[in-house]
Amino acid sequence: MGQQRYGASVLQLDWQPPGNGDPGLAWDLARATHDRSADDKSLGSAIDRANAEAVARVLRAEPTWVDVALAAREIWPAMGRTLLHAGPPISWAEMCGPMRGAVIGAILYENWAATAAEAKELASSGGIRFAPCHEWGAVGPMCGIISPSMPLVVVADRAHDTRAFAPFMEAGGARTLRFGAFGDDVSSGLKWIERVLAPTLKTAVTAMDGGLALKPIIAQALHMSDDVHNRNTAATLMLLRYVAESLLRPGMQKDAVADTLGTLRSDDMFFLSFSMAACKATMDAAHGVPFSSMVTAMARNGVNVGIRVSGLANEWFSGPADVPVGLYLPGFSEEQANPDIGDSAITETSGLGAFAMAAAPAMVQFVGGTPQDALRYSREMARITITRNPGFTLPALDFVGSPVGIDIRKVIDESMRPVINTAIAHKEPGMGIIGAGLVQAPMQCFTKALQALVAKHAAFE
Amino acid sequence: MPIKALVKANIYKDSVALMRTAQLVVARTGVRRATLLMGTSGNKNLLVQAGLLDPAIKNAQPNDIMIVIEDDSDDAAEAAISQVHALIEGEEPRRAGSATADAPPRSIAAGVALAPNANLAQISVPGPYAGAEALKALHQGLNVFLFSDNVPLEQERVIKDLARRKDLLVMGPDCGTAIIRGVPLGFANVVRRGAVGLVGASGTGLQEVSCRIHQLGGGISHAIGTGSRDISEAIGGSTMSQALQLLATDPDTKIIAIVSKPPAASVQRSIGREAQSIGKPVVVCFLGAPGGGAAGTSSIHLASTLYDTAAKAVALERGNAVVTSAAAPPTEAITDERFPGHEQRFVRGLFSGGTFCYEAQIIWRQHGIKTFSNAPLDAGCRLSEGGASREHCAIDLGSDEFTIGRPHPMIDPSLRIERLLQEARDPSVAVILLDVVLGYGSHEDPAGILAPAIGEAKSVAARDGRHLPIVCFVCGTEEDPQVLSSQESALRREGVLLAPSSTAAAELAMGIVHQAATAAPRTARSPASSKSSG
Repeated sequence: MGQQRYGASVLQLDWQPPGNGDPGLAWDLARATHDRSADDKSLGSAIDRANAEAVARVLRAEPTWVDVALAAREIWPAMGRTLLHAGPPISWAEMCGPMRGAVIGAILYENWAATAAEAKELASSGGIRFAPCHEWGAVGPMCGIISPSMPLVVVADRAHDTRAFAPFMEAGGARTLRFGAFGDDVSSGLKWIERVLAPTLKTAVTAMDGGLALKPIIAQALHMSDDVHNRNTAATLMLLRYVAESLLRPGMQKDAVADTLGTLRSDDMFFLSFSMAACKATMDAAHGVPFSSMVTAMARNGVNVGIRVSGLANEWFSGPADVPVGLYLPGFSEEQANPDIGDSAITETSGLGAFAMAAAPAMVQFVGGTPQDALRYSREMARITITRNPGFTLPALDFVGSPVGIDIRKVIDESMRPVINTAIAHKEPGMGIIGAGLVQAPMQCFTKALQALVAKHAAFE
Repeated sequence: MPIKALVKANIYKDSVALMRTAQLVVARTGVRRATLLMGTSGNKNLLVQAGLLDPAIKNAQPNDIMIVIEDDSDDAAEAAISQVHALIEGEEPRRAGSATADAPPRSIAAGVALAPNANLAQISVPGPYAGAEALKALHQGLNVFLFSDNVPLEQERVIKDLARRKDLLVMGPDCGTAIIRGVPLGFANVVRRGAVGLVGASGTGLQEVSCRIHQLGGGISHAIGTGSRDISEAIGGSTMSQALQLLATDPDTKIIAIVSKPPAASVQRSIGREAQSIGKPVVVCFLGAPGGGAAGTSSIHLASTLYDTAAKAVALERGNAVVTSAAAPPTEAITDERFPGHEQRFVRGLFSGGTFCYEAQIIWRQHGIKTFSNAPLDAGCRLSEGGASREHCAIDLGSDEFTIGRPHPMIDPSLRIERLLQEARDPSVAVILLDVVLGYGSHEDPAGILAPAIGEAKSVAARDGRHLPIVCFVCGTEEDPQVLSSQESALRREGVLLAPSSTAAAELAMGIVHQAATAAPRTARSPASSKSSG
């Protein structure tokens, strides 16, 4: 418009209607927006202050591997016939193929039924209580099924006294419960964890004075090209370094140690359980700050993606899950892909995974990207986060901190959905992993949450 | 040497990163020495040997950063410590070198992050979203120029209440024009800077007054638009009152001029009171309000037309006596206009500027003329649906009914050209009046587009045996991108009668109507007979 000629400098915005294009939502967003002068009367200021507290808890967190629970029922004695699952709440009838497969697999593993048909009958007749892992302080990868006999990694946040739990990564490739496989081989894999891996690692962690601080491991792994979501190679190696010494102490069973070390050697993703539990303990510490618009959980059940928001109690805000975009193993394509599934997006929620993609340029190969794209993801995610985590730095971006603390207001205002690194499951039960790539959380989660937050504080101007 | 020691807890950095941070801190602050180490026992031993293990850091944990600064000056040490914190928090990465471009900034917040010194947001998004964007801009501490219309009234109220509380200005919604410190916003002309501060609820009104002030040798400090609804009962003249306060305290502004349609009665009273208490001369033009709508006092000067407003403001700016009612400026003499006996009786004003349409009706009313319009002074003079002309007409082609789904006639003249040719075919038309608006935002060559159509309109009438005078005025300046003189010559070449202002143009058209009415002999001749040849 010629304004530059008269001494004004002009920045043109690439404006688009915020969120889903609903003018009512746009107005809600404007009412809740950040206020630069920290105006006390503005709802945005109350939210800003709450977010500062919530994200400070994230930065202060000291997730530490403190224990291995040899069975989930040790932690929840009244668990009964409960199966925890990934993502927001879902009934048997609504579950996707892989999750049903995993439910059947867990029922067989627990000996609650003798055959797959009986297991299905039990699940569909209301004989099983289902609950999201997230609501029990736990997180599970992919289908995320946790049954009472399963051993769990226990991570405590030393700064806030929260504890979080995650199942161990099963060896066995595609034939694993987390991808919806069931049968004798799957059950015996789980039994091996129960019998060998869990007790061995429990001994190892118990021998470490005060447990193993996970934040330094994660920080270093980021400098070794992990995102600690879809690439855990360096972090697993570091874990091996710490446990090896404990495992070689007198009194350890040589065979069990060898098997455990073998698993750590062969599974690049072994650390994911630790990474997820560390993130969950961290984000639970940041949950429940009144007014906060920070996302504390982002989880997928294979049908819907749900988020939880610090200032909105235990309510889930969900939208339909997308099919990830990525690379498929030979013989598979998007046709066979199940929509996005798993609790592992807790890593993105706490500023790792795709948010730290600049640290893990290898990850963009899944979507045919270049290392420059990896840097871009980390830069762009900074637009929807509250701050950066000085504890997790990104070498390729001049050691700037990884963006952390998704603010639902910014997601809508920037029309920019959080990016998630993910594995891709076959939509049929038991077919396992068929690829890996990127997916974005649906906008609906964030628009619904914002409307709830504004409605909750309607008294503000 | 005195040392300052502290712990930054629970942040892991490797030794390379810490050494680099220490180096940068020394380089940037000139502090004597900075030592940064993780709180391991090995590192503590190093500090013991160097005599630097201050009690403040001796309990540091392996995941804590120990920070030791050595300098004689307390200030230097403090500066170094804040630099350490800043570097540990991390600086934004440099933007250069990326092969794939980041998405451009979408939100006002992202824009402000890139341009932290911005102080004004110009918003022209669709109305249903515009209020929200204005609210966000205010929360970012920005003044707002809100071009969009169709913003819900309730939102306008909320926005303006917040603006008032934050001492920020919201120009609009539906604000067409402003000039802030010489920077044009929306539709605005390039005018001299000077001592007259303008406030107006009308875009083209502000444009015209600012152009005439320029033409008369005066200048503008700021021109502040309020939006059309600001002076309604519901909004209470919120922006107008804030604008008056701003101009009252602005050192560059010596004279203030207000131009708008008559405000709601209560608003008119409160604006009148404020204007009186300002302590600077104020020219008030509430177009068409009885008695000018305010009491003239020693500091309040009432003006009845846009030109009158400009003339009085310039007289005041120069310290001259203000004439009681500035006459319309001289127009080109109406020479040799022949009306060869047709029933050519009516004026047809085809306006792109709403205020011009309004002002013309007021001037014509003073001449005892009843004007029909799509934006009439009295509801009884409303043109029927479809807007077909009857008798004397003033049509605002910029109103909603003509602009839904198409650009404003200041940008796209095609609708007005159609209407011009239609009026030219009407044997009862004595004169057609057109405004031509220049400046930023307007068509790049409006006269160039209009001139051939004017020629065509005149020959349509001529083929019919009629002489059809066409009166134009150009709202613009020589400094506008379209250049006033070249626009005027393009019109003059087509035989247009040029008036030097909107006010003069309305008067000139009236003169022609009178001339036509007295033209003799008037014989009834069917236009159909001459049309048959065409």
